[in-house]
Order: sequence, then structure tokens, then C-alpha cells
Amino acid sequence: MNYDQILLRYGEIGLKGKNRKIFTNRLHENVVQKLRKYPDIKVKTTRDRIYIFLNGHDPEPIMQECTEIFGIQSLSLAIQVDNDPESIKEAALFALKDADDAKTFKISTKRINKEFPIGSQEFNHVLGGHLLSNTEGYTVDVHNPDIEIHVDIRQQETYLTSKRIWAAGGLPVGSAGKTLLLLSGGIDSPVAGFMTMKRGVQLEAIHFHSPPYTSERAKQKVIDLAERLTNYGSKIKIHVVPFTKLQQKIHREIPNGYSMTVMRRMMMRISEQVAKQNGILSLTTGESLGQVASQTMESMNAINAVTSYPILRPLIAMDKDEIIEISQKVNLYDISIRPYEDCCTIFVPKSPKTKPKADKVAYYESQVDFAADLQEAIDGIEVIEVDPSSRKDEFEDLL
Amino acid sequence: MIYLDNSATTKPYPEVIDSFSQVAQQFYGNPSSIHSFGLRSERLLNQARKQAAHLIDVDESEIVFTSGGTEGNNMAIKGIAFAHQNRGKHIITSQIEHPSVLETCRSLEEQGFRVTYLPVNNNGVISPIDLEKAITEETILVSIMHVNNELGTIQPIQEVGQIVSKYPKVFFHVDHVQGFGKISLDFYDCLIDLVTISGHKIHGLRGTGILFVKKGTKISPLFHGGEQENKFRAGTENLASIVSMVKAVRLILEQQQIKSDQLRALSNKLKKSLKTINGIMINTPEKHADHIVNISIPGYKPEVIIHALAEKDIFISTKSACSSKQPDESAILVACGFDKEIRNSGLRISLSYENTIEEIEQFCTELQDVLLQLSGIMR
Repeated sequence: MNYDQILLRYGEIGLKGKNRKIFTNRLHENVVQKLRKYPDIKVKTTRDRIYIFLNGHDPEPIMQECTEIFGIQSLSLAIQVDNDPESIKEAALFALKDADDAKTFKISTKRINKEFPIGSQEFNHVLGGHLLSNTEGYTVDVHNPDIEIHVDIRQQETYLTSKRIWAAGGLPVGSAGKTLLLLSGGIDSPVAGFMTMKRGVQLEAIHFHSPPYTSERAKQKVIDLAERLTNYGSKIKIHVVPFTKLQQKIHREIPNGYSMTVMRRMMMRISEQVAKQNGILSLTTGESLGQVASQTMESMNAINAVTSYPILRPLIAMDKDEIIEISQKVNLYDISIRPYEDCCTIFVPKSPKTKPKADKVAYYESQVDFAADLQEAIDGIEVIEVDPSSRKDEFEDLL
Repeated sequence: MIYLDNSATTKPYPEVIDSFSQVAQQFYGNPSSIHSFGLRSERLLNQARKQAAHLIDVDESEIVFTSGGTEGNNMAIKGIAFAHQNRGKHIITSQIEHPSVLETCRSLEEQGFRVTYLPVNNNGVISPIDLEKAITEETILVSIMHVNNELGTIQPIQEVGQIVSKYPKVFFHVDHVQGFGKISLDFYDCLIDLVTISGHKIHGLRGTGILFVKKGTKISPLFHGGEQENKFRAGTENLASIVSMVKAVRLILEQQQIKSDQLRALSNKLKKSLKTINGIMINTPEKHADHIVNISIPGYKPEVIIHALAEKDIFISTKSACSSKQPDESAILVACGFDKEIRNSGLRISLSYENTIEEIEQFCTELQDVLLQLSGIMR
């Protein structure tokens, strides 16, 4: 006997009513997609949980991958047996012996199928007795057991599980539409992407590239960040905008203190266009109130003024150290701290206005014709698709 | 040609040489150069590191690319010694280590370190009890090889790891050069901090190797002058060699999966045939790594046998290539307590997954022939 399946429990999806199916279908697809590299598994999705039949695969790496799929609250290894007391006894004995280091145990039976002849409480005693008389050195502890064996007697079959592993929670990526993430390569924007994904949003990213002021490595950094983010959802398209000419023009034509604000407004205009062209309904940034000059109330007001699109700012009320904590937890940090300049750190004036006036910004912009440059930037966009499952074998022949 | 000196070095896989040649021609940009041509090399280097980590089942940050076994052993031992000498200056190793471990330890003795060289039993195996007794407040490192290069003896690495882990101040290094690709070793399970692997023993090229350095282990570098290899090893990365070695790692592990049984059969056949030849003693103990068989033919000078076989295009060796320029007896056979006759006449036959049963048969026939020819003259 062995654990032959993994049981995935829903988080918030469980609270959904009529449209639950939309969410469970999406989650099903995401699970199948993520576990594509395990050819023999079978994924079965039901109203209140997902079962992965292992068919001989090692459960460890699969469970690890499942903890990164949004929409799953927790998961456990499970054994499926018939609704027959003897089979259940045998499986419970296996589960107990399989748990290393456990000295005390508890049985928790849940009997959904009321036709099962023995009541839950009574069956707990029956199973406990069976385990005690067939093992040595174990005792029952109902308050603080080393291992709790859950026996779940359902209509057709019974599942036995023991250890529960917590997963990422949230909603299945793709169930809440798409956003365009302004991805710079710093610490904040990838975390903002992670947070929106957690709420079921699928990502596309936009990155402003200013060669030769920014290097290929800065671009690579963004690709690597996006690749890490794909662990939590599907492939990510990155729109890389050639931004050099616009930035040079801003630097030349706009008074120093206002150049940063104007640059941000240009980014918003381009992002809105890209969103529009790709059927995306919102923009997402890693802004956190008061962190830098562009993230004051006045700046946000002046920058936001150029778009009617909703801008999602999942980090708006977070402290830097809270953001760093998430960045480290989800393995983005080591990439984010690579020391390459991005378009936001070049041409930075010594003292950008922290309280830019919206009317002044508009006046300065009106003195310069940016239309052609904006269009050129949009036309020159390079789209990079980050899909680890298809991309990674670039050097396959060599390695 | 019948090549039975695979523990000295192996024939590089053709795929390995292909990789080397392609990378040397197309990826000569320095991975640390900031331009995009350098970036291309850096990406290949990262991918190689990722694949190496995946293959040996460790984290990317734990892979240090080196120039081979000798550097790996030096880096591990001196690296720990110099970085942690303020905690203590005592090192424990065994009497049957490779010269790159023993000589490194001796050089440390000259610098004020104290080294315990654990004895081995007749089978060439250390005693965990001896080890535990040898550990003191001053001990900072235990360095024990996995598979012995002359005898093929396997050391109880897991047990040693258990013991060393009871002393949190002590690091554990394993010279895995002869074992890698032949006898699996779970670095984490065995609680090892540093592991040396060499490329040219697994059909890679000379000048390649990996030192596994467990996350959080501080070692002082041998080379200074750059931030390469996580600051553990300065110097422009030898990209073509590294990539070709990672390919060798992949290939040897594939071979290990499918050909372990075949190698065992070869080894058994070899021992069985040798036993039928008069005068041959098998020094390798019953339980050993299949690819190494050590024998003695008392009364015959081993060098003469080697040369006589070489004339027939068959190649075996005496002791480890790294100690073979010193005369006479094998220090390892001495440590195992063999008689003088035997330890002066040790021969090593070392196999690879490439050898065939026909080669083994022919080798045994030719060896018998050689002994017959020589018997009139030498005895």
C-alpha cells in the first residue's frame, strides 16, 4: 500500500456560489498546465476539491509545485480505498507507520455517506483500537497528536490523509482577467505582479528599455523576473518599449524638476495604448505611497491624469521591508538586486519635484511635440514571450 | 586497445568534445563583460550551473566550478582551515586518502594545524568509533573519501555524517572523485558540507571539476582577484570546459542508471577469472565499488607487468597516478596491513561503463600469457 494521490483543497473558491465552476475550471487548467511534465498523472476536479492520481510519480516535487498554484489553500497526500471498514483499517495502519517520528496519533472520521454502517465517533474508536493492537509504542492523544489521520468517508469511496501542507491561497490565475504590469526590474514591481496574480489576475508586462543607457543585462533581469513569476501562473508576455529617444527628448526639452513626472506620464500613455491593443483592462504598478518623488500624492495625481484606465497599486500601503520580505519569500529578491540600471535611474535630476503641479506639467508638455516619438516607441515594441516550458532548452545541444 | 585505467583518467565522450569545441568557438565572450556578447556567455554559464545543480540534486548556489579533484580537495580543506582556524586547528582525515588530501593536510601541519590520520582495517575501512574518539574541542574539519582510488573500498559516509553532525562546529568534506557516477551519494542525507567531483574521471576533460559547498558554509578562497563563482574562486570562468563537463555529468548519470548492473557483471567476471590464475591475490575487499579491482602478484615487479601488457595494447596501472612516481610500495596497501610482498606488487584494474565482457576475457588471457613468459626470468 502507498499514497497514490494528492488532494488539493480550495480556498476562497469554496465560498463561491453559482459561478464556482468558472473558478474550478480555471484552476483545473492551471494545475494541468503546471504539471504537464509529469506525463502519467491524472487530474480530477470536483465541486469541492481536486485529486491528482500519481500513477507511480514521486509525490514530493509535485506537491512542491502545487504549493505555488493560486486558488489552492492546502494539500495532502491521500490513499483512496473502498467504503469498507477492513480496507480503511489497513490504510490507516499504513498511514500511521508511514509517518516518521510520530509517537502519538488521533483519528478524525468524517462520514458524509450516512449509509456507512458505523458512526463517526464509533469508527474513530474502532480504528484507534485497530492501530493500537497492531503496533507497538504508539499512544492516542486527541489534544496534541504527532499525526492526525483524517478518514473521509464519501458517497463512493473513502480518503485517508494525514499531513496538511499549506499552499499559496488566493484565486486561480486567469479567473480575474488580465493586467499590464509596469515591470522595471527593481524590488517593488515584480512583487506587485505577484500580488495581483494572487487575486487571480493574469499578467502581461511592459518594460521600458533605453539602450545604450540601459544594458542587455537589465532586459535579461526583467525576463528572469518574469520567468520566476510564471511559477505562480501561466506564461507572461513582455512588451519591451524602445524608450531611448523619448527619454533623451524629455531630458533635453523639459525643465529638470519636471522631467521625471513627464517621463512617467509618457510611460502611462504608452502602457494604456498597449493595454488597449491587447484587450487588457487595467495597469499595475509597484508604487508605495511616499517611497520616492514619483510616489507622492501630488505626483500620482499628475501622472494618473493622462490615463482613464484603472491603475492597480497592490503595494500602496506597504513598507519597504514588508515588500522585501515577500520578494525574498517568492524568490524574486536575488534577481531584483542585480546592480543594472533601468530607465528610471538614468537621467534622474538632482532634485525632482516631489509636489509637481498638474497644470505646470501639462504646460511644459504642450510646448514640445511628443506625438511622433510616442508612436515610434509603440511601433517599435518587441514582444518577448516568457514560457519556461518551451524556452529553457536554448542551450540543449551544448549541455 | 583495451583501456583498463579508468580511475587514472577516462576517454572523453565525443559529445563532450563537441560541446567544448562549439562553446570555445562561439561563446568566447567573458561572462563578466558587460556587453551583450558577454551576457550570452553568462547565460550559458548560468544554464550550465542550473543543470549541474539539477543533476546532482543540490541548489545552484552550492555549485563551485573548479579545475578538478586536486583543486576541489585543496579548496575544501584549506578553505575551511583558514576560514575557521580561530575556532580550532585540528583536522581529521584517514590514512588512505588521495595525495591531494594527505599532502594538503601535511602542508597545514607545517602551518600549525594538528591532523589526525585515522587508521583503516584490513578491508581499508575506517572505524566510526575511532572517528568519534578523535573529535576534540579543537576539531574543525573531517575529510573522508567516498570510494578509495586504489582499492575501491567504500567508506561509511552516512555514518560519518551522523557522527560529525553531532558536533556543529565541525565541517564534513567528502572526496567523491572516484565514487561520482558509480556509487550514488545523497549529499543532504549524509549531512555533508563539501564534496569534491572531478570531470576527467567521468569522461569529461582535464581541468574541470565541481566543489559542492553547502549553503551557509564559509570557506576562504584559494584564488583572489575577482568575484566569480560566488566569490569562492576568482578567475575568468573556463566556460567551454565547464559546459562540456556538465554534459559529461549528464551522460555519466544516464549511464549509471542503465549500466550499473552490467558493470557489476564485468567486475564479477574479472574477479572470477583472475582467481583462476595461479599466484594472483585479490586485494579489493568483498564489498567494493565495481569499477576498481586491486590485485597483487607476489614475486613479479608490477611495473614490468604493466609494460608487458602495454606491448599488447592493454593498459592498467599500479597505484594512484598521483603517487606512482614514488618508488615501491603503496601507502594504501600498507595502511590496510597487507604483507610486504603484496603491497610491493599491487596492480589496479579500473573499469568504465564502456568496457565489454570480451575485453575482460582478453585481458585475463593476455595477463596469464605475460605471467607465463615472465615466470622463467623473474622467479
